[in-house]
Amino acid sequence: MTKKPYLFVLALCFVLPALLFAGGNQESENSGKSLEIFSWWTAGGEAEGLQAMLDVFHEKYPDIEIINATVAGGAGTNAKAVLATRMQGGNPPDAFQVHAGHELIDTWVVSGYMEPVTFILKENGWMDKFPKDVIDIISYKGEVYSIPVNVHRSNVMWYNPKLFKDNGLEPPKNMDEFFTVAEKLKAAGVTPLALGDTNGWPATHLLESVILASTGPEKYRQLWERKVSWSDPDVQEALENYAKMMNYTNSDHAALTNMDAAGYVAEGKAAMNVMGDWVAGYYKSQDYTQGVDWDWMPTPGTQGNFIMLSDSFGLAKNAPNRENVIKWLEVCASKEGQDAFNPIKGSIPSRIDGDRSKYDAYLNAAMDDFASNEIVPSVAHGAAVSEAWITKINDIMSVFTTDLDVKKATIEFQAVADRYAPK
Amino acid sequence: MYCPKQETRKGLLVVLPLSAVLFVFVYGFILWSLKVSFSAWDGILPNMNFIGLENYRRLFSSQRFVTDLFNTLYFTLFFMVVCIVGGFFLSYLLYSRLRAEALFRTIYLFPLSLSFVVTGVLWRWVLSPEVGVNALFHMLGFKASFGWFTSTQSFGKFNYALISLIIAASWQYLGYTMAMFLAGLRGIPDQIIESAELDGAGEFRIIRSILLPMLKPITFSAMIVLGHISLKIFDLAYAMTGKGPAFVTDFPGLFMFETTFRGNHYAEGAAISIIMLLLIALVIIPYLYSTFRGEET
Repeated sequence: MTKKPYLFVLALCFVLPALLFAGGNQESENSGKSLEIFSWWTAGGEAEGLQAMLDVFHEKYPDIEIINATVAGGAGTNAKAVLATRMQGGNPPDAFQVHAGHELIDTWVVSGYMEPVTFILKENGWMDKFPKDVIDIISYKGEVYSIPVNVHRSNVMWYNPKLFKDNGLEPPKNMDEFFTVAEKLKAAGVTPLALGDTNGWPATHLLESVILASTGPEKYRQLWERKVSWSDPDVQEALENYAKMMNYTNSDHAALTNMDAAGYVAEGKAAMNVMGDWVAGYYKSQDYTQGVDWDWMPTPGTQGNFIMLSDSFGLAKNAPNRENVIKWLEVCASKEGQDAFNPIKGSIPSRIDGDRSKYDAYLNAAMDDFASNEIVPSVAHGAAVSEAWITKINDIMSVFTTDLDVKKATIEFQAVADRYAPK
Repeated sequence: MYCPKQETRKGLLVVLPLSAVLFVFVYGFILWSLKVSFSAWDGILPNMNFIGLENYRRLFSSQRFVTDLFNTLYFTLFFMVVCIVGGFFLSYLLYSRLRAEALFRTIYLFPLSLSFVVTGVLWRWVLSPEVGVNALFHMLGFKASFGWFTSTQSFGKFNYALISLIIAASWQYLGYTMAMFLAGLRGIPDQIIESAELDGAGEFRIIRSILLPMLKPITFSAMIVLGHISLKIFDLAYAMTGKGPAFVTDFPGLFMFETTFRGNHYAEGAAISIIMLLLIALVIIPYLYSTFRGEET
């Protein structure tokens, strides 16, 4: 009798791990019939949009079991940590969400974890259904590596029409006008620019628009390819402008999230805010009316340009259900799949032939601009730079937004560019 | 103590599986982290090329990490002082004055049942510059413009924004230290105090010459418990403030998490972890040493 407890403990030590591994084996026996989709779309319109696209997939392939593996929290940070562990451990999910562009390419493609998906676009004759600028952003060495399911615009200025009207002002179209207008608003006791950078990246989000306004699209692209230096006069002008803009922001910006700041505009607490176009979906969900509570225009000085970011899915090497992933990517790239997902998510399709009647007024306007504008990649959202680089940029921004020291920031921006720009 | 051989063997058999797991997953991985921290691993693909102390050199020349270290220092210092002084004061009140001891003990201990994440969210609301206590002061007609955790002012290397975190953390752990001191006070024999009173010692004399010296071991334990909490603080800062403008509320734990899991700077993250381990070792090793010595005698 006395021996038994020890034996029991010992037995447990050996049996438990065995059980765990048995679970693992079972999963792989299912392969061929299932599809695991890994994302951080857990809330509101995102999760519903994903579900709509899953429904499209299910209708086409009713036999394939869909495993919707979402990891909540941290704007994708938690999901990315789980993903990194799984990829490095040789257990990749079938399909995973990733920002199109360098976030995908520098992290996963260059390190050899991904398979090209050019053949999916070619076989379906879809190469010309995506704008060339988009194909460039998702390509590496001539091959396409991910299927973008949506497009968001970063360089949008949201403004409060009533505040502008009351003060007899027009929304600014370039930086000079911005500072004139901001000065007048400030004198009238209105906060000119709402910022909510408690999470860090909204400051970088604002900076990318300010840089584009000074450099134009060509130089903007070259800056992130390290062909233009940070001491270039146009880039310097942008940094000066950013520092100057901080005089016109709300004093509690470090305590607010980006959505709080967007809310300030609709509530009339601030006149302008620069944020991506998911704000339109947010306003809609809060029952604010376009033209009354809010309106939009491209950020000052960036008319004719479209800073894009996009969520995409790729094909990992050794994906357990490769055939099913390819079917899934076909749905992601199809008109049907994109038109199911995007109206609910509040983004526009990455294809040029979306069904306009399914999208609201703002999204239709965004689709017009996407079709006609110069498209450049977003920095804050992983299209133009790698995650390694952007985390360092966000750190520099955290200090720069506070001390407004252009000289010091320039040196630091250049140092991280030298270290992390693709060679 | 008499211990037959068979019993010893059985005992070893029982502790063996857990020790093996500990050695691999705790000590093994500490050594692995140490190795990574000397490597050039900066990206998804492991790169174990030895680069010596380069990662550490880079850390100590980065504004973020230096700020983190000073934040840790000041946060630990003030958190410990507030908790220990406040905890002793409260416990003394309960011990000597208040009648409804059980009630107050519960009230003060209650925050401890929350996690730091809940505390963080709660105090974020209370101290938010536009809607929190500042708004209350405004309603009462005072001018309050302190930015709390968004303040970027500092005195020397002490960032004022830390005050908010110190308040939140102390609020949670004040009751805990109070309970520790209370237990200590209850353990002091009444006769000593009574005889001191007969000798004409006043209240302060009793506190200074009897209670405080006899509570030394308790104070020491409290410092260890509070010290290791504040040295590896992560959850409270993450939920309440994040890294803050210009890192005014940043800590090594936050930096490590962001740089490793967001930026894939694995070697840099490992170096931060090793430094955090050393900081905590500075507190824990003297404690273990004194406990073991205590057990032997």
